[in-house]
Amino acid sequence: MVSPSLQTATALSAESLPSAEEALRLLYRMQLIRTFEEQVRTLYSGGMIPGLVHLCAGQEAVAVGVCCLLGADDMIASTHRGHGHCLAKGADVARLMAEIMGRTTGYGLGRGGTLHIFDAANGNLGTTGIVGGGIPLAAGAALSAKRRGRRQVAVAFFGDGALNQGLLFEVLNMAAIWRLPVLFVCENNGFGEFTAIEDVTAGANPIARGLTFDIPSESVDGMDVLAVRTAAAGALARARDGGGPSFLVCNTYRFGGHHVGDKQDYKDDDDAKAWRLKDPIERFGRWLQDSGMATASAIAALENEIDVVVRDAIDRAKATPFPAADTLGIHLYA
Amino acid sequence: MPSPRTATYRGAVLEALFGEMRRDNSVILMGEDIGSAGGVFKQTEGLFAEFGAERVIDTPISESGAFGIAVGAAMTGQRPVFEVMFGDFITLIMDQMVNQAAKISYMSAGQFNVPLVLRTAVGIGGNLGPQHSQSLHAWPVHIPGLKVVMPSTPADAKGLMAAAIRDDGPVIFFEDRMLYNLRDAVPDGDHIVPIGSAEIKRTGRDVTLIAIGRMVHTALAVAELLAKQDISAEVIDPRSLVPLDVDALVASVKKTSRAVVVDGGYRQYGVTGEIAATVTEHAFDWLDAPVLRFGAADVPIPFSKSLEPLVLPDAEQLARDAAALVRGLR
Repeated sequence: MVSPSLQTATALSAESLPSAEEALRLLYRMQLIRTFEEQVRTLYSGGMIPGLVHLCAGQEAVAVGVCCLLGADDMIASTHRGHGHCLAKGADVARLMAEIMGRTTGYGLGRGGTLHIFDAANGNLGTTGIVGGGIPLAAGAALSAKRRGRRQVAVAFFGDGALNQGLLFEVLNMAAIWRLPVLFVCENNGFGEFTAIEDVTAGANPIARGLTFDIPSESVDGMDVLAVRTAAAGALARARDGGGPSFLVCNTYRFGGHHVGDKQDYKDDDDAKAWRLKDPIERFGRWLQDSGMATASAIAALENEIDVVVRDAIDRAKATPFPAADTLGIHLYA
Repeated sequence: MPSPRTATYRGAVLEALFGEMRRDNSVILMGEDIGSAGGVFKQTEGLFAEFGAERVIDTPISESGAFGIAVGAAMTGQRPVFEVMFGDFITLIMDQMVNQAAKISYMSAGQFNVPLVLRTAVGIGGNLGPQHSQSLHAWPVHIPGLKVVMPSTPADAKGLMAAAIRDDGPVIFFEDRMLYNLRDAVPDGDHIVPIGSAEIKRTGRDVTLIAIGRMVHTALAVAELLAKQDISAEVIDPRSLVPLDVDALVASVKKTSRAVVVDGGYRQYGVTGEIAATVTEHAFDWLDAPVLRFGAADVPIPFSKSLEPLVLPDAEQLARDAAALVRGLR
């Protein structure tokens, strides 16, 4: 049943395999993120999105592999590269796009933009403009969850750049001593902004940062949605059962630059090509076909369906106005 | 008439904490040494015994991370009262305060609120030196989205703490540690002082002394000295710096036509400048003299017994300057 194309997947045991229905949902979510990001790039290049945008193409398996295990009352905190986390956690595509475009129907009425997307109904504590900024917020949500005692969990997503933020060490320590139901997910895409991780990071393996606090820690192939899902499932079950935090390093790759417009001169071409061959969506699509869970035509139909969903969302976002002047000060104070 | 019930400033804040924690299970305390130790100033004594480790949480010495966790908890149903032991240490949490707590309601369009109180002890005295004596309330007042209060009396400390805890947004609560033993009348039971309301501490005709925190007591002493010179000073305590009760301050200045602003924080780019400018903007035509302002000397607060007392405005000097102002000599 396991195809050669997923031979590199870790811990791909039979019991961890999804049903065909769930597998298609995983593919749908990943493709939705990819299509969405491609459209964001196009809209940005066309001047429809101001500011800067940081795209997550290549990293979809991490967001989807973790968030597929979460309910709406489980919380996540995202990063500056967070559109994928938002969509994986159930964000409304049109409201998300509207916020990125600075429109009034966006999640923050257009005042936050790509770096500040909050979705309370789906348990999203926000994307953030501060590297590592979401880490304590997720731990705080876990503290609330622990007090409520309803087996809820929280997930902190952060990039390898945040591995060197002191805030991470403080929060790992408190999560461990208080046994908070939180999963720390490091999306190690090899670059903190424009700088390679090895140039600025001591220690051969980032999981040492979790292990030093006696937090169960492992690294997984972040280009393999099932590997991420399997590792996250164990960690989240432990958290829900009162076993405290876990630390998961997902090794992945950012297909684009730090932001749209980054020329990426610092990337090695051969390295980039090798990572492209591990494209998490193509890879999972092949596996679905090889394992008989989906046909090529079914996958093509899914891609077409997503194209329609995203285009419709863009049309709806474009049709909504920019925020009126009288909204400048609202929600400043609760 | 029986004499009113009294409590210390420290005890008054504690009364509010006990009251609010009994009233609302979502109120939790976080900070260093606040649990079984009862706080370095005994300012949380007894809370741990009643509410236990789940609600009175000793944090490691990790101000930034712990405050960030409090913000996350506040976003998800808790009402944390987070203690920073010395006001100087709010420098360690500025990112969480400025970039997260202050903006989350705005950025999320009200999907999330951050109902938390940051309480911290400030003030010069006791020879604690340059890193344990500053009054940095001029830092958070600069950031839209934060409310900032600074009570001067036990009753206000109780009432403003209760109001701060019930507020649905972040409130920064500055306590002057040199007031902790001050004993005065405190209302029993539920007592709320609305955030944003100034109080006239003494009425007068000739000059308005606008004083903040512990300087309110200095200003009252100044008013006594001025009275001996037949100068009638009005003393106003803003109590809240954000929102500032501009109407009350301006009404007083329109009555007296002169104003002196006194604060225990640094003078340079400090709250005295903001208040002086605000009063001037609103009451320019009523003013007979420029608004004077006094703050801590613009130096690191020195340790030595001979130097530390020189930092804060002195009542006798203030009285001389205020008298000169009234007599048209300034």
